[in-house]
Parts: sequence; C-alpha cells; structure tokens
Amino acid sequence: MELVVSLAVGVMAAAGVWLLLRPRTFQVLIGLALLSYAVNLFIFSVGSLSLGKAPVVHAGVAADLAHYTDPLPQALVLTAIVIGFATTALFLVVLLALRGLAGGDHVDGREGEP
Amino acid sequence: MTPAPAQLVIALVLLPLAAAAFMLLFGAERRRMKAAINVASTALGLALALALAWQVHAQGAPAVFAVHLPGNWPVPYGIVLVADRLAALMAVLAASVALAALLFALPRWQHAGMHFHALLQLQLMGLYGAFLTGDLFNLFVFVEVLLAASYGLLLHGGGLARVASGLHYIALNLAASLLLLVGIAVVYGVTGTLNMADIARALPLVPPSDRGLLHAGAAILAVAFLAKAAVWPLGFWLPAAYAAASAPAAAVFAILTKVGVYALLRLWTLCFAATAGASAGFGGQALVWGGLATLGFGTLGMLASQQLARVTAYSVMASAGTLVAATGFGVPALAAGALFYLVSSTLAAAALFLLVELLERSREVERGPQVFDDGRPTLVRFDEAEPPANVNLDDDERALIGRPIPAALAWLGVSFMICALAVAGLPPLAGFVAKLAMLEALVPLGRTPAWLMYALLIGSGLLAAVAMVRVGMRHLWTPAERPAPRLRAAEGVPVAALALALVAVVLQGEALLGYTRAAAASLHAPGEYIRAVTGTRPLARAAAAPAR
Repeated sequence: MELVVSLAVGVMAAAGVWLLLRPRTFQVLIGLALLSYAVNLFIFSVGSLSLGKAPVVHAGVAADLAHYTDPLPQALVLTAIVIGFATTALFLVVLLALRGLAGGDHVDGREGEP
Repeated sequence: MTPAPAQLVIALVLLPLAAAAFMLLFGAERRRMKAAINVASTALGLALALALAWQVHAQGAPAVFAVHLPGNWPVPYGIVLVADRLAALMAVLAASVALAALLFALPRWQHAGMHFHALLQLQLMGLYGAFLTGDLFNLFVFVEVLLAASYGLLLHGGGLARVASGLHYIALNLAASLLLLVGIAVVYGVTGTLNMADIARALPLVPPSDRGLLHAGAAILAVAFLAKAAVWPLGFWLPAAYAAASAPAAAVFAILTKVGVYALLRLWTLCFAATAGASAGFGGQALVWGGLATLGFGTLGMLASQQLARVTAYSVMASAGTLVAATGFGVPALAAGALFYLVSSTLAAAALFLLVELLERSREVERGPQVFDDGRPTLVRFDEAEPPANVNLDDDERALIGRPIPAALAWLGVSFMICALAVAGLPPLAGFVAKLAMLEALVPLGRTPAWLMYALLIGSGLLAAVAMVRVGMRHLWTPAERPAPRLRAAEGVPVAALALALVAVVLQGEALLGYTRAAAASLHAPGEYIRAVTGTRPLARAAAAPAR
C-alpha cells in the first residue's frame, strides 16, 4: 500500500509541477489542483498508513496507536482541503477576469514572442 | 501573571474578525458607516497592540509572555496564542501601517471596490494571528487568511496590470503554501506535535535516523517562508505585484513580506538555537547567503528602476534580504539592530508607497486621468470634483475643500526626503541608527559573510540614496513648468503621520533599541519561551470550581 500511495503522490505532484509551468492559465489552475491533491495525500500518509483502523475512540478499546490511526493528519487534511478549495476558486475568478480583460488565456495577459 | 495580557492576545484577533463579519452584512450604499467601523476597529487594534507591547515589556523580566489557550485544551494538544516582545512589536507595526493606509484610502480609493473595508480588516486579522500564534498549523491557517485578503486587496481598483500580476501572485503563493503544508506534515511526522514550543522541546530528542527527514522538512518550510519574504531567487514576483497594487494596498503590503521574515526569525531561533543538540544552527548559512544575495539584488533593482513604485518595491526586497541575513547569523546584538531596521524600513516603505500616488498624480495632469478599463466612469479627480452644496466658500466663491494646498510641493518634498533618508539609512533618521547597530554587531563576528554584509549594508545605503535622489529630482525638482500638485489634506495627513513616526522612532531610539535588544535576547534564549508555553495550564471549568 505504501508503494501505491507514494506512486500516486509522485505522479500527481509531477503532473502538477509540469502543468504549473505551462503558459495557459487553465493548465496552471489544473496544475495547482493536482499539486494540492498530492500534498493532501502526502499529509494523510504522514500519520503512518494503516488499514481498517478508525481515528475515533470507541469504548472498550485501548486508546493507543496500535488500535487506531492518528486522527491529527486527517484533521489537517480536512483544513487543507477547505483552504485549497477556496483559494483555487479565487484563482479561477482571477483567471476569468484576466481572460475578459486580456482577451486571451496566456498567463502574462499577452502572447509571448514566437 | 495577571490574566489581562492573555485576554488582550485573543481580543486582538477577534476584533478585526468581528468588524469584517459585521461589515459584510451591509451593501455598498453604507460605505460611510463601514469606513467609520473600519477606522474605529483599526485604531482600537492599534491601541490593543500598544497595550500588549507595554504589558509584555513593562514587567521588566528578560522574557515575558502572555499565553492564551483559545480552546482551553492542555498545552501540546490545543491551539495556543503567545505574545512576546517580537509578536507585540509586529502587531503594533501592522496596525500603524494599516491605519495610515486606511486614512489615505478614505477620500478616494475606498470607492474603487465594494469590500475594501472588510478585506482590510481580514488582512489585519491574518497578520495579528500569524504574529501571535504559537502553533505551526495555526500559523499556516492565519497565513492563508492574510494571503486571501491580500489577493483581494491587490486586485482592488481593477485593470489589466493588477489582474495579470495578481494571477502570478496568487499562483506563486498557492505553490508556496503547498510547500508550507508539506513542511508542516514532515515536521509533525518526525516530532509528533504541532505546538512550536513542543517541537523545539522535542527536537534534541529526535533519533539520528530521523534527523535527515526532520532537516528536509524544516528546509521545505523555510523555502515556503523565504518565497513569501521574497528572498532571491524566490522573490521575482514582488516588484510587479507591489508596483501594480493601489497605493493603500501597497502600503499594507509593506508589512506582508515581513511575515515571512517573522516566521523565519521565530522558528529558526526557537528550533535551531544552540541548545538544539545535533540540529543547532541548521540552515543558518543558507539564510545568510540568501539574504545577502537578496540585499544585493534589491539594491541593484532600485538603481535600475525608473518608476518610484518599483524603486520602493525593490527597497522592500532589499530590507527583507537584510533581515533574513541578520537572522541567519544567530547573534542577539545583530538581531536587535535588525528588528529596529524592520520598524524603520516598514514605516518608510509604507509612506513611500502612499507618496508614490501623490507624486504620480501631479504627473497625471500631463498624462490625463487614470482610465478604468471595465467601462465604469473614472474616479473623479480631486481638483475637478464638484464641491458639495453648503460647503464653505471663499471670497471668489470657490470651495474651500479640494483646493490645492499652497505648499503642496514643499510638503511632498519634505515627506519624500524623510522617507528617502530612512530607506537609504542616512543620518539622522531611524534607518541610520538601525544600520549602525547592525554594523557594530557585525565587527566582532569577523567572518567572511559578516564582512560581506558589512560592505553590502554600506554599499546598498549609497546606491539606495542615489536611486532615491534620482527619482526625487525627476518628480520634485525638474518639473518647473508643470502645474503644482494638488492634494487633499486628508491624504497628506497619513503620509505625514508615517514620516513623523519615523522621526519619533529616532527620537525615542534608545527606548526602542532597548525593547528590540530585550526581544532579540529572549528570541535567542528559547528556553524561557518553551517553559512559558508548556507551563501554561488550562483554566479550571466553572462547574468544577465550587467543588474544590
């Protein structure tokens, strides 16, 4: 499972960085979204991956990491998702405003020299 | 410790939040009321920050803290807000700069967008929170709050230049925030805690097998903060964004790069102090060389720029470089001078960003008024505005408001000179005192980077003076035949207030230097901070109290 998660993080981060460096605004947006997915998965995996363990304490089960998964990274991921979603939405608005003002989708507002 | 400072800490964060939330309930037609609330809230915030600084400083001990536990959880688990001298100083600085920018925006710029007042309050909330928090993830959240507000403020006024540079600014800051998250996650994974004091306590105990991972996480964290502090080569976004922002927004942004510097100073001195075992001083060299490169690059940028706004933006970069380099040496005396420099350079940059608009406006007479490209009517220029009915009229039946100040040019010139002296660090103003304190601290170090910084500080002062004088001649001296600049007293007052603050800083130099010395000393002896935070106990519950 560690291999699958690390591959997912790596592939999404690589694709995100590639798209982030592209000249079209929509590519940058998707790149940022992919990067934030990669980072969220990464944070999730920091609390050590485990199968079938809940982060919430049940009565009668000893409250240690042998029986539960670490709840804190999950809380961090939730916060990071919310903040990332909001800022990506804001980026989308600015993207549309730039498209309206510049009439193109180049990140600099004008096409570069050929 | 009396409970009063602890309540002040949380009040400082809640006040702008409440003000912003209240203002969002009303539409654009209640602008006058919003402006009143905004001024009241910002001024009250300044008073609270001053009270906090006084409370923290007046107790006289080498390191005094006001610690507040918002969720009333025991220390390593809940969020913790901590005020020490450095945090209180930054809060006072943020409030003063924001108040000046707000007063400047009242006559004109507040009309250029609907939510200017709410955005400014949220910006302040993010700034106060970032300075006061003692929790790493909470720091990320407050940084996001202040960045989200700064995106809105940067776009305030609209126009292609602002939107294009705003897009770059947002993309860069989103990427830096993702790095911040990665760094926080790695540090949490290694130390198992997010409380800054607890991290510092746990650092020497990290097993050698995990130390490489810990250093990687700390380095990623530092890269994120260095990008926000605009350190070379991560700072190329700064001149375009700051020069495109409207004057009041740019003035507030003068403190934004200092957030990155603050976070570096706080975390680096806390976590990698001499007591940190195998990690002591980790990354200090990188901070020193990065800061020196930024100082050199910012100074050359000042010299190469033609517009005053870009000269000012590059001066912000050079000051961030100075501060980061001074941080990296890890010497209290140098950090004390750097903190003094932080105060003077922030005030000077904010005043200059406001002055830019007043100076450029006198050139606008030639260029024609600013045109907004979304089809809205342009903002009325002051010299053309219709006087309202029932206004005072003079003998020629011309309105007494909106009249050019007769000595406008002289006044602009004096303000510009004060700011230029402060930016270049020439005597007799605060920039000189700060640079002198830093130079004095650099001599006994006697290492190559110390001598290089010595030379760069003096050289950058000279080059900054050249750049400022050149711009000043072009704007104030050469245009003899140009009509005299027209400006309203209401816009002159905040600039004058900032200039006076610069003069006051040097008049009270010894007191402020004593404050920054104490702040730097407690920063470089993090044991006190760790003890104060981890020693704080949650309040007993009200129901449990009678039982005892």
